[in-house]
Amino acid sequence: MTSPLLSLEAVSVELPTPRGMLRAVDKVDLNLMPGRTLGIVGESGCGKTMLSRAILQLLPKRAQLSGRVTFDGRDLATLSAEVLRRLRGPELAVVFQDPMTSLNPVLTIGTQLVETLQAHLGMGGATAIRRSVELLAAVGIPAPEQRLRQYPHQLSGGMRQRVAIAIALSCEPKLLVADEPTTALDVTVQAQILDLLAREQKRRHMSMILITHDLGVVAGRTDEVAVMYAGRVVERAPTSRLFGHMRMPYTEALLAAIPKLESPPHTPLPAIAGRPPDPTRPLPGCSFAPRCRYADEQCRQAKPPLVDPDRCGGLYACWHPLAPQAAAMGI
Amino acid sequence: MARFVGRRLLHLLPVLLAVTLLTFLIASLLPGDLAYTMLGDQATPDKIAALRAEMGLDLPIWQRYLHWLWDVLQGDFGRSFRTGETVLSAVLDRLPVSLELMVMAEALGLLIGIPVAILCAVRSGGAIDRFLTGLAFGKLSLPSFMVAILLIYLFAVQLGWLPATGWVPFAEDPIGNLRSFILPALTLAFAEWPVLMRVLRSDMIATLQEDYIAMAKAKGLRSARILLVHALKPSSLTLVTVTGINIGRLIGGALIVETIFALPGIGRLLVGAIYARDFIILQGVVLFVATGFVLVNFVVDMLYAVLDPRIRHGRA
Amino acid sequence: MAVLEIEGDTALVSPVPSRRRRTNGLFVAALVWIALIGLAAILADVLPIMSPTDMDMLGKREPPSAEHLLGTDQLGRDMLSRLIYGARISLTVGLLAPVIGLVVGGALGMIAGYLGGRFEALTVGAVDVLLAFPPLVFALAVTAYLGQSVFNLTLVIGVLGIPAFTRVARATTLSLTQREFVVAACTLGATHTRILLRELLPNVMLPLLAFFLLAVAVTIVVEGALSFLGLGVPPPAPSWGSMIGEGRESLDIAPWLAFLPAGFMFVTVLAFNIVGDTLRALTDPRPGAL
Repeated sequence: MTSPLLSLEAVSVELPTPRGMLRAVDKVDLNLMPGRTLGIVGESGCGKTMLSRAILQLLPKRAQLSGRVTFDGRDLATLSAEVLRRLRGPELAVVFQDPMTSLNPVLTIGTQLVETLQAHLGMGGATAIRRSVELLAAVGIPAPEQRLRQYPHQLSGGMRQRVAIAIALSCEPKLLVADEPTTALDVTVQAQILDLLAREQKRRHMSMILITHDLGVVAGRTDEVAVMYAGRVVERAPTSRLFGHMRMPYTEALLAAIPKLESPPHTPLPAIAGRPPDPTRPLPGCSFAPRCRYADEQCRQAKPPLVDPDRCGGLYACWHPLAPQAAAMGI
Repeated sequence: MARFVGRRLLHLLPVLLAVTLLTFLIASLLPGDLAYTMLGDQATPDKIAALRAEMGLDLPIWQRYLHWLWDVLQGDFGRSFRTGETVLSAVLDRLPVSLELMVMAEALGLLIGIPVAILCAVRSGGAIDRFLTGLAFGKLSLPSFMVAILLIYLFAVQLGWLPATGWVPFAEDPIGNLRSFILPALTLAFAEWPVLMRVLRSDMIATLQEDYIAMAKAKGLRSARILLVHALKPSSLTLVTVTGINIGRLIGGALIVETIFALPGIGRLLVGAIYARDFIILQGVVLFVATGFVLVNFVVDMLYAVLDPRIRHGRA
Repeated sequence: MAVLEIEGDTALVSPVPSRRRRTNGLFVAALVWIALIGLAAILADVLPIMSPTDMDMLGKREPPSAEHLLGTDQLGRDMLSRLIYGARISLTVGLLAPVIGLVVGGALGMIAGYLGGRFEALTVGAVDVLLAFPPLVFALAVTAYLGQSVFNLTLVIGVLGIPAFTRVARATTLSLTQREFVVAACTLGATHTRILLRELLPNVMLPLLAFFLLAVAVTIVVEGALSFLGLGVPPPAPSWGSMIGEGRESLDIAPWLAFLPAGFMFVTVLAFNIVGDTLRALTDPRPGAL
C-alpha cells in the first residue's frame, strides 16, 4: 500500500473579519494517491477555494491554518519559504479559474512560459524557447512560435487557459490543482479543456485535484469525489459509488439541480432553496439542515460526523442518509 | 500603432496653437509700452512713434499675432533689445543647464521614490509603511526653498562638502560641474519623491492583489522577479504620467532652485527678463517652456502604449 | 445574511479602524495649531508684542532673551512679533486667494460637468492649455508689471488656482450627475439652475472644501516662495517667505533667523495639509489610497 502523495489532516482555515472569526474550512481530512484524480465539488462559498489555497500554502496573510498538510511525506507548514518556492512548479502546480486575470497582461506568453522553465529547470534561453513551443503544441495551440510573442489579450479564452495549463505542466509536477478551470469559459470549450487535463494527467501519471461547483464536470473524469458544504466535507466516495449510491441529501440536490437535455421545455430548475449559513455564525447542528427536506430535530441539534459505517470506501456526514434504492433513482 | 500616434498628433496641434495664442496675448497685454522701455532714457515722443511703427506695434492685435506666429514657425523668436542675442540662442545657451538639472533631479527622485514605494507596498499597513508614508506626507509640506536652505546649511555651511552656489561648465571641469548640481538636484528630488512614491505605492498595492501575482507566486518565482518584472510594469502607468508631467513642469518650474543656487538656466533667464521688462525674451521663453510641457505630455502618452500593450492594440 | 465570498479576498480584513484613530490625534493637533496661529494673526495689534518694524541697530541677531522672546533679526527687529505679523500676511493671502479659485473654478467645473457637450470640451481644453504654463513665471510677471502688493499677489495666485478647482469640480460633478437624485430632479421638471444649486452644489461642496484646504497650503507656499525671492510682499511688511530669504545671509552665524520662520511655515502648511487630507479621505473613500 503506497502512501498518499497528499494528505490533509483536520485542516481548518480561519479568517479574522470585522464580524468575527470566519471559519472557511472546517476540519477537513483528505488523501490523494499518486496518479489519481480527486474532485472537490461545492457551491460558491463552501470553502473549496480556501481549501485549495491551504494545500498550495497560498493563503492570505491573516488567515490561520490549523491541522496538517502533508505533501510527498513533508509537512508543508514546516518548510521554509525558499524550499516551498522550489517545490512550486516541479512538484506542485496550479491552474486558476480565470486565465484573463491569472496571466500577466503586460508580459508575453513566451516570457511567462520561459521564466518558469528557467527558474526551476535552469534552462538557457534558446532551450527554454524550444521547450515552450513544444509545450504549447502539446496543449493544442496552433502556430505556437507566433504565440510566444503575443500577449494574453490577443488570445481567446480557451487558448489562454491552454497556455495556463502549459505553464502549470511545464516542470512536470507531481500534483496539479485545477481550481474551477472551466468556469470562465464557453460551454463548448469546457469539454476540450477538461479532456486535455485528463489526457495529460494520464500521460504523466500526475495526481490532480479538480475543483468545481458542477457535479457534471467530475463525472467520468475523477477517481474520487469529495462534496463540500459550509467548510466541511459532507460526502466522499469513489466517483462511481457517489453517483450510483449517493447518501447525502445535499449531493442528491446538487445532482438534481443540473439541467438535463431530456427534460421537456420550460421545466423549472430544481434549485436548492435557501442559502448556505453565515460562516461567522456556525450552526450547532448540520449546516445543511435549514435547506434539507429530510431534516429533523436531531439534524438541527447535533453535527453528524463523517463516517463510513458500511465499510465500503464511501464516507458521508448525515443522520438520515438516503437509502441506497432511493439514491439510485436520483440519477 | 501608427494610427494611435496619428490620432494623438491631431489632438496635439490645436493645443499648441492655443498655447501660442495665449502666450502672445499675455505678453502683449502686460502694461508698459514696449517701445518706451526699449528706448529707455533716449525716449522722445517722436522716437517712440517711429519705433512703434517700425515694430508694427500699431497694427491690430490679431495681425501682430499672425506676424509673430509666422516668424516663430520660421524659427525667429525675436531678439532681446537688451543683450542683442536672439531668443533662440539665449534659450539654447541655457537649455543644457536646465536639462542637466531636470534629469538629475528626476532621476534622484525616482531613485529614492521607487524603492521606498515598493517597500511600502510589500509591507503595506505595517510600521515601515506608515512611517515612510508619513514622511512623504510631511515632506509635501516642505517647499523647495526651505529644503534648499536646509541642505545649504547642512552641506555647505556646516560640513563644507559642497558649494552653496556657483557653476562651472561640464567641459571645463566635469567633477566641479557635477558637484555644483548635487545640492540643487537633491533639493528638487526631495520635492519630487513623495509624489512619485505615493503614486507607485498606491498602484502597486492594487497590483499585488491581482490574480496574476498569486499565479506568479504559485509558479515558484523569486520575490525579486515577481516585484520587479510582474508587479512593477503594470503599476508604473501613473508613475510614468506623473514623472513626465513633473519633467515638463520642471522646465519652467525650477526657477527658484536655479535662483538660489545661481545656476544659469532657463529659469534664471526668465526671472532676469521679468526684472528688465524684456518682453521679447519673456514671450519667447514662455512659449518655449509651455510648448515643451505640451510635447513632453505627448511623449508620455506614447510611452503609455509601450508600457501597456493593450493600449497599443486598441483596447484599454 | 448574505453569503460571504471567501475566495481569498484580502479586502475583507483591511485594517481601517486603527488608521482612523491615529489620524484623529494629528487632526486635532492640526486644528489647534490653525486656531492658535489664526487667533494670533487676527489679534496681532492688541497682543503685548513689540512692533515688527522697530529696528534696534545695537541689538542685531540677538539670541532669545527676556526682552525679545525669540531674539532679533539682522536689523534688530523683534522676531516673535515679525513671525506673528508674518502669519497675518501668509494667512490672508493663503485663505483669500483660493476663494477665487473655489468660486470661479468650482462654478465653471460644475457647469461644465453638468452640461457636458461642447461647453465641457472647451472648458477641459482650456484648463489643459492653462496648466501648460509655468504658474510661477506667470505670477512673477504679473506682480513685476502690476506692482508688488498683497492685493495683486492674492489676485494672481487666486486666478492661477482656477484651472485646478475646475478640474476637481468637474470630476466630482461627473460622478454625481448619473446618480438617482439628480435624475429624479430632472424628471420632476426642475430647471438647470435648481438642480445645480439644490442638488449638485451641496454634494460637490465637501470634496471642493477638502481641496480648498489643500489649496490653502499650496498658496502659503507659493506666497512664501515669491516673498523669498523678494518678489512677493513688499518690504518692510514681514512675510515668512521674505524672513527666510533675509535669514539666508546669516545662515553661518544665526541660522535661527531662517529656521524660525521656516518652522512656522512648515507647521502651518502641514496643519492645513492634514486637515484637508483627512477631509478628502472622508469624502472620497478608496482603499489603499493616501
